[in-house]
Amino acid sequence: MQDLKTIVLSNQEISPGYYRMKILASGYSESAKPGQFVMLRVQRSFTPLLRRPFGVFQVGFIPADCDTLPPKEFIELVYKVVGGGTETMRELQSGDAVELLGPLGSGFTADASIAEKILVGGGIGLVPLYMLATELVKTSKVSLFVGGRTRDDIITISEFERLGVNVSVATEDGSLGETGFVTRLLEQRLEEPHQTEVFACGPMPMLDAVQKICATSEVSLQVSLEALMACGVGACLGCVVKGEGHTINEPRYLCSCTSGPVFNAESLDWNKTEAIKMVGGGK
Amino acid sequence: MSNAVEQVLKPKLAVEIAGLKLKNPIMPASGTFGYGEEYSPYIDLNQLGAIVTKGMSLNPKAGNNTPRICETVSGMLNAIGLQNVGVDAFIKDKMAFLSQYDTPVIVNFFGNTQEEYGEVAARLDDVPGVAALEMNISCPNVKHGGIVFGTDPQAAAAVVTSVRKRTTKPLIVKLTPNVTDIQILARATEEAGADALSLINTLTGMAVDIKTRKPRLANTIGGLSGPAIRPVAVRLVHQVVQAVKVPVIGIGGITCAADALEFLIVGAKAVQVGTANFVNPDAMATIIADLEKFCVEEGIADINDLIGTLEL
Repeated sequence: MQDLKTIVLSNQEISPGYYRMKILASGYSESAKPGQFVMLRVQRSFTPLLRRPFGVFQVGFIPADCDTLPPKEFIELVYKVVGGGTETMRELQSGDAVELLGPLGSGFTADASIAEKILVGGGIGLVPLYMLATELVKTSKVSLFVGGRTRDDIITISEFERLGVNVSVATEDGSLGETGFVTRLLEQRLEEPHQTEVFACGPMPMLDAVQKICATSEVSLQVSLEALMACGVGACLGCVVKGEGHTINEPRYLCSCTSGPVFNAESLDWNKTEAIKMVGGGK
Repeated sequence: MSNAVEQVLKPKLAVEIAGLKLKNPIMPASGTFGYGEEYSPYIDLNQLGAIVTKGMSLNPKAGNNTPRICETVSGMLNAIGLQNVGVDAFIKDKMAFLSQYDTPVIVNFFGNTQEEYGEVAARLDDVPGVAALEMNISCPNVKHGGIVFGTDPQAAAAVVTSVRKRTTKPLIVKLTPNVTDIQILARATEEAGADALSLINTLTGMAVDIKTRKPRLANTIGGLSGPAIRPVAVRLVHQVVQAVKVPVIGIGGITCAADALEFLIVGAKAVQVGTANFVNPDAMATIIADLEKFCVEEGIADINDLIGTLEL
């Protein structure tokens, strides 16, 4: 964990409203685990005031500007412009200063004894699944079910395919892949009982449906939650979710930032998910 | 001569509040720094004037439903609802960590009733390593306790009197800005036995999602903090300093040394940094370093020479 004062390496629009940003980040290729996130500060002024949490898309190295220098270590974020914070981000150019706190939170944990893995991503929720996929393909057969409102919301899937991931798409308007919700694809796959493990990230209604499908099929599920956060380190208690067994008298609030953002589905209280209010991709 | 030069090169930042010796006037505001441990990877807790903990209650407290926070212009609204582990678990599980540091620990606390306030104070009274207590009579986000005591001078005086009887530690009373005349509350709590006053807690506020037409906080109303509230806080600290003899700790939207200096100049003996910790985990370290720089530049050998020097 470190608070890195660093710079943007690149910032490109990849689909209407969706951007990917590479940030110079020494140490991250060693320290960041799939499913972890960073708190990004995009400027020195107080508008926007708070940092924004972003899941790590990938880490890596790019060649330096000249041969005699070592390669540049980077972290890549993929974000959707949804509010003031991300509006500011889209304006950033190579060389602009940013501050990066992280890597933070829990990551995904794969069970090595299960040979088949299923990833379920909704819209921008796809982001943390890519870094996970890079790890999983080394030892497992990996499928990705990805959903969005329209084809513009289906991002970076060719990169998953390049890893050898089997990608299936569903859009609500039918502009790409199957027409309907991504959860239908998962349901179809799990109709025949077989041993697999599911990793999901996306809007809360999607996660809610994925949880029900996995519980019915008795398949293990890890979810990555997106929550409003002020600090990212467990101090503000703004990002809590209700844990399994939560009651008024015996509250079990878990911080999305320190206990999550990745949770085993059974550690959360799914009976009252209306209370687990999510917000769009890092406003 | 050489002595004077040396003094200005290394200005004295130490201040004293109700017998409490602080290395410098900078400490976190309760609720923005967890139990200290959360920020220890990012800032050396030994640097701080004091550590102020999350507010403790007699029993563990669940806090409010979510969403609990939302950002506003140069500020944020929160309605966390005083979620905490309870005073006994705090003493058992959190004090050992805090005691490693050479920094006074100020434990913030509150109760649902006058009796509970007294009981929490009593349980903290003989805990080694607890340097002082900060009594929250100003939380806007809970139904019982908190602000109920903080807005009525008689109720405030009564609860402070009862806590005063149960503790020998220095007692700081944290005031709410959500009153018509803060000087009345300040005097009432001073007379009831407060050793120091800290202010301001958050200003009550509300924000609405225009698409869903729902409040942006589950609790509907929350407390506004951050740079947006600073001028209000400076004004209230100025008014309270005029009204009482006990030392005052200034709080409200401090993000940098210049912000802290405004409070010190109007007469605060120390300041608390809140929301800025969320934005910059090492905000207080930067403020301390920049305060020292300011003193050097301005030829101020001792920060106490600056406190309360407002020119009117």
